[in-house]
Amino acid sequence: MNQLSSKEIQDQSLGEKVLSFIGRVLLAISIPLIAFYVLYQGFLFLRDSKAPREVITLVAIVWGVGGVALLYWIFNNLVERLPDAWRTRLLPFVFVGPAIAILSWYLAIPTLRTFWISLFDRNGPPDDLSNFQQLGSDSFVGLSNYAAVFTEQLMLEAFRNNLMWIIFGSTFSVVFGLIIATLADRSSFEKLAKSLIFLPMAISFVGASVIWNFIYEYRPSGQTQIGLLNSIVTGFGGSPEAWPQWVDIVPWNNLFLIIIVVWLQAGFSMVLFSAALKGIPEELMEAARIDGATEFQIFFRIMIPYIRGTIISVWTTIIIFTLKIFDVVWVMTGGQFGTHVIATQFYRQSFTNRNSGFGSAIAIVLLIAVIPVMLYNLRQFREQEAF
Amino acid sequence: MNSGKKQKQLGKLFVNLTLLLLILIWTIPTLGIFVSSFRNRDKIATTGWWRVLPYRDWQHVRDIDIQSAGLDVDGVMEIEGVTGTFDEFRLGVETPDGKRITWIGNKRLGRVEVQEQVWTVDWNFTLDNYKQVLGGQDFEFKKPDGTVQVVPGDNMNSAFMNSLAVAIPSTVIPILIAAFAAYAFAWMKFPGRRWMFILVVALLVVPLQIALVPILRDYKALELNGTFLAIWLAHTGFGLALATYLLYNYISGLPRDILESAFIDGASHFTVFTRLVLPLSVPALASFAIFQFLWVWNDYLVALIFLGGNPEFELVTQRMAAIVGSRGSEWHLLTAGAFVSMILPLLVFFSMQRYFVRGLLAGSVKG
Repeated sequence: MNQLSSKEIQDQSLGEKVLSFIGRVLLAISIPLIAFYVLYQGFLFLRDSKAPREVITLVAIVWGVGGVALLYWIFNNLVERLPDAWRTRLLPFVFVGPAIAILSWYLAIPTLRTFWISLFDRNGPPDDLSNFQQLGSDSFVGLSNYAAVFTEQLMLEAFRNNLMWIIFGSTFSVVFGLIIATLADRSSFEKLAKSLIFLPMAISFVGASVIWNFIYEYRPSGQTQIGLLNSIVTGFGGSPEAWPQWVDIVPWNNLFLIIIVVWLQAGFSMVLFSAALKGIPEELMEAARIDGATEFQIFFRIMIPYIRGTIISVWTTIIIFTLKIFDVVWVMTGGQFGTHVIATQFYRQSFTNRNSGFGSAIAIVLLIAVIPVMLYNLRQFREQEAF
Repeated sequence: MNSGKKQKQLGKLFVNLTLLLLILIWTIPTLGIFVSSFRNRDKIATTGWWRVLPYRDWQHVRDIDIQSAGLDVDGVMEIEGVTGTFDEFRLGVETPDGKRITWIGNKRLGRVEVQEQVWTVDWNFTLDNYKQVLGGQDFEFKKPDGTVQVVPGDNMNSAFMNSLAVAIPSTVIPILIAAFAAYAFAWMKFPGRRWMFILVVALLVVPLQIALVPILRDYKALELNGTFLAIWLAHTGFGLALATYLLYNYISGLPRDILESAFIDGASHFTVFTRLVLPLSVPALASFAIFQFLWVWNDYLVALIFLGGNPEFELVTQRMAAIVGSRGSEWHLLTAGAFVSMILPLLVFFSMQRYFVRGLLAGSVKG
């Protein structure tokens, strides 16, 4: 009797356990399914809806931001239902997994894929073949895209221009940033000065292109010049020019585009230098002054050596930045008048010319150019011994 | 001693003046666009914007009757003591006493004006340019000679909305994903942790150009191209390495004992993350948020490629570039449009400058 009842109880509890287990599993499956369904409906709404722009914008923001948070919550919930051992094993991947997945999909794997595409002709590797078979197909061209990258006329022009961008763009940005930071440090209106110099950093390249187009605006000689630069030039008796489009002075017309980026980037280097300069011990400068050093000597013999590390890192940052310059050139000249750079050539080949093999080869060359900086980053990281 | 003090003052003056000059050079380009955006369409096209500053202009004093003067319009004429041909008078001939004689109109029906120079400013400001660039309708202009010209406006309003719909999720999503990852890197132990982090650091400088062609292929296969989701994910992918790296630096520096006492009290990782780590990381989150927001709002290339096929979803940068390309001389649209596209980043920038600078110093430089 007793035994029976205890067995009954066991049965009951087993049944309950199974039931509750099934319930849990169902819940565990249905919550994500419902969530995915809701998110998918949101996606369809955003893609196809003809609702007013304001409504779509609001839905997009809520759906996008809320959706991601929801997914994390669901996956965390699912993992927390698991036994302890599994939970500690899986939970880190719930946290770190999405980031690694997205980084792999958007940057790491595309590096390999772009390299692969760069070995093929304009149509890329044929989709219906396996990777091994692709190598044997007609569209496989080996390294000849790279040969073209380093011989084609427009590419050589782009390399020359990018070299100008790197040399003049980074040097002027660093020099102006350093001068302004030093002057601001000793001036009576440091805050205001920094804010105003800094302001262009908030402006897009497209906006900056409009702003500088207005300065370079050209009217034929004899008409009233509405562009500031031509107005000044004609005021001094010179003749007006369409500065960035001035083909007679190629490649120096690139300087008129480079100025725009110096204008945008000087604020960046100024902020970093300003912070670095404030780190120089006041006693050091005072001691130099007592020893009779002039302000210029202090600048060159103390300040610059002291912030050398910052100068180098700002310099390399801007070099990488100018290496990838695209928007300014594309909006101002579209690469005409001898102003093509590597990134505009990449765009032109990949998307206008639809030569994905050539375009990918350019992208790989761009990647190789930044690898030294990447190695430097990794070394810095290892030196910090964060892990 | 006294001369040393004087030298110091001179030095300060030199510093202030040089800096002032540099500030002027840096500010004038933006100022020019800003002032012009409030000027009348015809005025922008015919005169420099610096006419808002005092300048000397010729003003009409009186007319000279051509008929009674009996002038030989085809030869050299003498008017008010100066001589010149018709063409010279058309441009204006100055008299010794500082006046100018100008022929207005053609030879037969024109009139001759005596003008003198006066100081004046051109302060006729208008909001019309903004109405035209935002409204998306056609606008009528009355030209000085009385004829009416119809000029199409532009629809920056919808582009502005699209930019918001792209920029806000593209800012929040990578921050959320990066914060989770940064927390895991800093406070959890799992196999592959070191290698995953090295991947993040290595990807910091990879140019996004490398990804465009393969990702575009994926999007075409998934039919994602031209959707908001496509561009959010793209911006997330391109901003994530930096976000993870910066947030890791911050989150790994949070005081260990606070977190440990929470774990002892039985809090799960998720609770610690949402209740403790996120609120404590607000400064770092804000710094990166500003960066990512400005970067996404100002981006042109990514939008061009992943939204380029869908004119309905055009962003402000695309819209501006399109106006530059097709109507590059319509400065009334360009100046106002440029300001519409700049207003939000400038507001964000000025209201949160402190965080922006902090982010810069922490290494927020994007590839």
